Formats: sequence, C-alpha cells, structure tokens
Amino acid sequence: MGDTKIVIPGDIIDTHTEDSDQTILRLGPGLTQTNDDTRATTAGVLHSAKDNTQYWVVSNKRRYVPAESEPVLGVIVARHGEGYRVDIGSAHDALLPLLAFEGATKRNKPNLALGTLVYARVAVANSLMDPEIECFNSKTGKAEGYGEMTEGFMFKCSLGLARRLIDSRAPVLGALGAGVPFEVAVGLNGRVWINTASPATTVLVANAIKNSEFLNAKQCRQMVKELLEKQ
Amino acid sequence: MVVDIGPSNIETAFVLEALRKNVRVDGRGIYDYRTLRISCGPTPGLAEVQLGQTRVLARVSCEVTRPSPDRPTEGLVQFSSELSNLAAPNLDASSGGRVSAQEVAISRMVERVIRQSRAIDTEALCILAGVKVWTVRVDLHFLDHGGNLMDAAAAAAIVALRHFRRPDVTVQGEEAIIHDPRERNPVPLSIHHTPVCVSFAFLGALGELAVLDPSLLEEQAQAASFTVTLNAHKEICALNKAGGVPLSPEQIQRCTQVALTKADEISDAINAALKGSSSNK
Repeated sequence: MGDTKIVIPGDIIDTHTEDSDQTILRLGPGLTQTNDDTRATTAGVLHSAKDNTQYWVVSNKRRYVPAESEPVLGVIVARHGEGYRVDIGSAHDALLPLLAFEGATKRNKPNLALGTLVYARVAVANSLMDPEIECFNSKTGKAEGYGEMTEGFMFKCSLGLARRLIDSRAPVLGALGAGVPFEVAVGLNGRVWINTASPATTVLVANAIKNSEFLNAKQCRQMVKELLEKQ
Repeated sequence: MVVDIGPSNIETAFVLEALRKNVRVDGRGIYDYRTLRISCGPTPGLAEVQLGQTRVLARVSCEVTRPSPDRPTEGLVQFSSELSNLAAPNLDASSGGRVSAQEVAISRMVERVIRQSRAIDTEALCILAGVKVWTVRVDLHFLDHGGNLMDAAAAAAIVALRHFRRPDVTVQGEEAIIHDPRERNPVPLSIHHTPVCVSFAFLGALGELAVLDPSLLEEQAQAASFTVTLNAHKEICALNKAGGVPLSPEQIQRCTQVALTKADEISDAINAALKGSSSNK
C-alpha cells in the first residue's frame, strides 16, 4: 500500500510496475487517463490495491454527485403527475415516482406535502439523465427504513463525514449511543437525520457529530464524554 | 435556475420547538454572536470577515472622476456585491453581469448603513470642485452564506474602508497633482465613525421568539428580521426592518438594548484587527 500520498488535480501518478504480465490497470474515482499518463482529477489521498492494479483517490467535498444504490436524504420541492421532484443536493433535482413506495398501487398513492424530508435510495444515476430515487428496495418491495421522516432534525455535513458515519461502527455514533438514545439516518449526499427525546439532546447529538469530522476515535470519545457531562 | 427551496418542514419545526425551550440549534445562547474573525490586508483596503460559517470579502478601490452635477464638492462612494453559488449551492450564478435581487438588496443595505450614517466624509474626497473628485468603490464578495450576511458585510465594508489608503493629492490653483504611492505615502480616507450592524431574527408565527445573529437555518425559518446599526458612541445610525410580521415596541426596545452591548464588542474587534494590521506594516 505504501505511505499516504496527497494529490491535487493534474498530478501525474506513477503506475509503472516491474510485473510485465500485468496488462490491466483499473483507475477508480478521481483518476483519469490522458495519453499515456494517469492523472488525478480531484484533490485527496491516493490509495492503491496491494498488487498495484487498482488506484483511486479518496476525496472530501460538499457537493454531491448521485451514484446508484446510495442512500440519500431529500426534500420534496414539487409534485408532478408521475411523481415528486426532490432536492438531494446534486446539480439536478431527483425524480421520486409515486409508485416507488412500499405497498403503493395506482389506487393507493402516498400524499406527501412540499417540504417533506424523505430517506431514499438512488435508483438511476448517470450523467445523461436526471437522477431517480425510490423509497423502498425495489428488489424486495419492502421499505427497509426508507420513506417519509415525520419528526427529528436534519443537518448537512461533508461527503467524507457522511461516508464514515454510514458505517455503524463509526466511533462518534458508538460513543453517543452509550450515553444517549437516538435514531440516525445518514444520507451519502452529506445530510444526516437524527431524532431524540428532547430538542436539547438532539442539538447535542448534532453538534457532536459535526465536531467529530477531524477527530480520531479516541478524541471522539473524549469529546462526547465532555459534551454529555456538560449537559 | 435552482430556486431557493428553503429547509425541510421538520427542520423548521425543530428550530421552533427548540427555541421555545431556549435551545438554539448550534448550541448558542439566544443573544450570543458566533465567532467573529476579522483580517485585513495585505493590500490596503482588503478585509475579510468571518462570522461563524459566513464569510465576506470587501475590497476598496478608488479612481478620479467628475463629480455629480448637483454635488460638485463631494466625492462618490459606490457599493457593489457579488452573491453567487460560491456562497451557497442554491443561489444563481451571476449570469452575464446582471445583478440578482438579493445582491442589490445587500449592497443597498450596506450603502445605507455607511452613507446615511455619514461615516465617510465625502467632502474630503473632493480634489477640484466641479472638476475632479475621488470615487471610492467598495466591492463585497460573499464567499460563504451561513446566515446573517448583513452584519458580516457591514463589518467587512467598514474595516476595508478604514484600512484603505488613497493616493495623496496636491492642489495648486487649478491643477491637481496626484502623487504616485511610491513617491508619497498614500493617505487614509476621512472616516468619522465606525457604524456596526447587529441583526436579529424573529421566529414563530407571530415573531415572538427573538435570536441574535441568525444562522442560515434560523434565517430561512424567520418570520421577521430587524437590524440595528450603531457606533461606538452609542448613537443609533439606522434601524432596518424590511417586511415580515409586525414587531412590538417592547421587542424593538429590547433588541436595541442588546445591540448596544454587542456593538461595543464588534467595534473592539474591528479596532483590534486594524491595529494589528497597521503594526505589521
């Protein structure tokens, strides 16, 4: 794996290896091929697979680019005949079909108000079309936690923090869970929904999560401990 | 293209529910300001103000022009602002030089604060009456919209104006010689006092819950907003309330009282920043 290497857009990555059998080089996110060079297109940390056949850049941004099967939190901005238009923070609003809910039929469609927050997964995302989201798992037909969020609070964070939070072993969530009961839904578009018993607790949890972005696990636990003691 | 859709229903509902229990979403007190950071320079007339998440950059420049015909002995002060989607993703990118309504509103507000309070001595900007005057131009660039652009913009503008140095001028009869800054040290503008804006947001259906220095979410959920402009001499330069639900005289009184203390703190921060940058020169 080697040591961590920070790259900025335009940097040429050295992907040369002695192994002449290796013919396929896989470039992951943040890298592109220009003539014979591999160049970075985003700023971040360069990672490579052990056998040096795969390279990718892990970067942190705030503007979301939709990708299929990612969970996102969106706000309904308009309703058309066929579905809702939902703002998920991407360049184009996503389409949420009226039938993309658990148990929805032509007779039984959900009636969501404008401004409703929904937890959904991205069904279709490519650079040619507007993204589409759905509030259920289309393979099983079950809601699996997706759908309308009726209470609680949502805040925005960077994409990198959202990616770390979605792992249920994230240290800040574990430390908070030990002290305070709460519900959380993480959208990979940089939005986090939480719900607790009282507004003061919700504010505490939200601020703890926001503060945890640049802290390591030990610092996270310390920070949460101090916040809970102050309460 | 992308319209400001505002926050989701549960965010607005939560902000109100929390405020009814005296809890603000970012954990501040009701009358607490966010962290204020002011930096000036290196160029004279360049100032950046950070108020929590909100960041504004102000740049002052000047040029020699003809005066306005009805005020031949006064110089001109012009304000412009740029509020593009650098500041927030839901704002329009300024397309083709057209200014958006929001940009106009902000520059008008800052202009009113500084010009109507007579902070700048425009007569001192006159070079030759009726022929040549200085036009001072203040450009505001909003780098990040975290709520309460007004206070940050006004602070940035006044710091930049106080930090700015214009070329020295010698008038001999009908001739005016403008000295190159390398020959003669440029001189500061004549500024009488430092006006400071303190903004409040009122939330709830009747605007019954007041908060100082609203964050973006509080600003989007507000029913009314109110700005008091004061200076260090405890003079009220302007009161600004544009639209929104009506406020009672008691609310206005209370806000003005709070603003008095807060304006002192901001003035101190401004003076410290200017002193710090001049001692570095």
